[in-house]
Amino acid sequence: MSFSLHEMISFLPTLLAGARITITVSIVSYVLALIVGLAFGIARIIRFWPVRIIAAAYVQFIRGTPLLLQLFFIYYVLPYTGLVIAPFPSGVLGLTINYSAYMAEVFRSGIQAIPHGQWQAARSLGMSRRLLMRRIILPQAIRIVLPAIGNFFVSIFKDSALVSIIAMRDLMFRGELLASATFKYFEIFTMVAIIYFIISYPTAKLVEYIEVKLNVSDQHMQGPLGHV
Amino acid sequence: MPDAAPGSDTTILALHGISKSYGHLAVLRQVTLAIDKGEVVCIIGPSGAGKSTLLRCVNHLDSVDSGTISFEGRPVYRYPLAGRMVTDPDRRIEEVRARIGMVFQSFNLFPHLTALGNIVEAPIHVLRERPDAALARGRDLLAKVGLREKENAYPHQLSGGQQQRVAIARALAMNPKLMLFDEATSALDPELVGEVLRVMRQLAAEGMTMLVVTHEMDFARDVADRVVFMADGIIVEEGPPGAIFSAPANPRTRQFLQNVLDRSGRLQANG
Repeated sequence: MSFSLHEMISFLPTLLAGARITITVSIVSYVLALIVGLAFGIARIIRFWPVRIIAAAYVQFIRGTPLLLQLFFIYYVLPYTGLVIAPFPSGVLGLTINYSAYMAEVFRSGIQAIPHGQWQAARSLGMSRRLLMRRIILPQAIRIVLPAIGNFFVSIFKDSALVSIIAMRDLMFRGELLASATFKYFEIFTMVAIIYFIISYPTAKLVEYIEVKLNVSDQHMQGPLGHV
Repeated sequence: MPDAAPGSDTTILALHGISKSYGHLAVLRQVTLAIDKGEVVCIIGPSGAGKSTLLRCVNHLDSVDSGTISFEGRPVYRYPLAGRMVTDPDRRIEEVRARIGMVFQSFNLFPHLTALGNIVEAPIHVLRERPDAALARGRDLLAKVGLREKENAYPHQLSGGQQQRVAIARALAMNPKLMLFDEATSALDPELVGEVLRVMRQLAAEGMTMLVVTHEMDFARDVADRVVFMADGIIVEEGPPGAIFSAPANPRTRQFLQNVLDRSGRLQANG
């Protein structure tokens, strides 16, 4: 096996262009999943029960089926119903739907971790459900779930490699393409792995750092009974 | 028993025949009680008597199964109308709650807000007061409860007694017409009870209408206009503190007071 540094450098621009798409798809999907996930997390505890049922069904169904299958459905099955979606929005849609279900569960558990006394105190001050959720419950709940939510970014970044199977020209897709064209599987997939790692590792470290920072300021949230 | 007719001029709160069950357990059974403006009523009784549930029904943290709660002359929350129980719209319930202050055993300060932040939160967002006016008033209230210098402290940085005083200030910031105290000193270390009771005494002296569930017999005897003894979900006996503490008519009241006063070793002369 002979390595050609020159050759490897020549692959780099293609792979980095793929990495850009990987990062873009990850960030866009992540932000959308945050919003959708928060909405479903709140929907799961809302008083109006039909909304609760629908939200629970969504969360359970999405979590109970593979992401790869969800991507196939969006890209290969939806066209049969007349709905053709391009690779990029298909990938974003798949990742968003998948991750929003997991995030919904995290947000729900965070909201439900807030002691009843907080709800009662807010209600006794005449706050509406909407106001107490926004001003009292969510600010505390989000703090609790931030580490978990942060780790989702690292996961979504890696899981985004799956969008390569629906023709999105991300890092994984370009790696495969180059490899099958040049037969330099070893070199190319090693480079792909390294690129994934040098992005995901610092990101994971950053999330860890934020987590530690938050734990320090979490002292602010210690109630008299030791709960958050 | 005083006149409990809802709508009388001086009555601010009237409970008429309210009942509440959890499954088969009847927590409140046909309780009728009226509170006059400016009156301080202390509810005493053994645990499980329904005292806290009664208080929680007054601002609809629990809802009654039957009976009527009237506040400022109008039935509120959930009451019989044309033969069935109807529930007020959320908006109306929130309006009434905003006029009734509640102080909890476990303080329930908002941990993500400072002392001052806790106090001004509802005035700004519920009453829509101007922030600068709410802040000025919030500082006055902190001074009133003796915590002028603690406005930027977070709840975890305060002692239990200080937290409870902030909680009282938070309730007062809504300009309540009635204050409910649910065992406000029960979760406090003994040496911190006094500072909270002092604030409550001051409030009573200023003419605040107060409904107080307490185990502090000294407070009930000194501050209450009327003492209500509850057991097993009913009002067993009520009257001026002098009468209840020195000459309880009911054997259950006598037994309860005997137990409490023996344990505390105080007030023996009055027992």
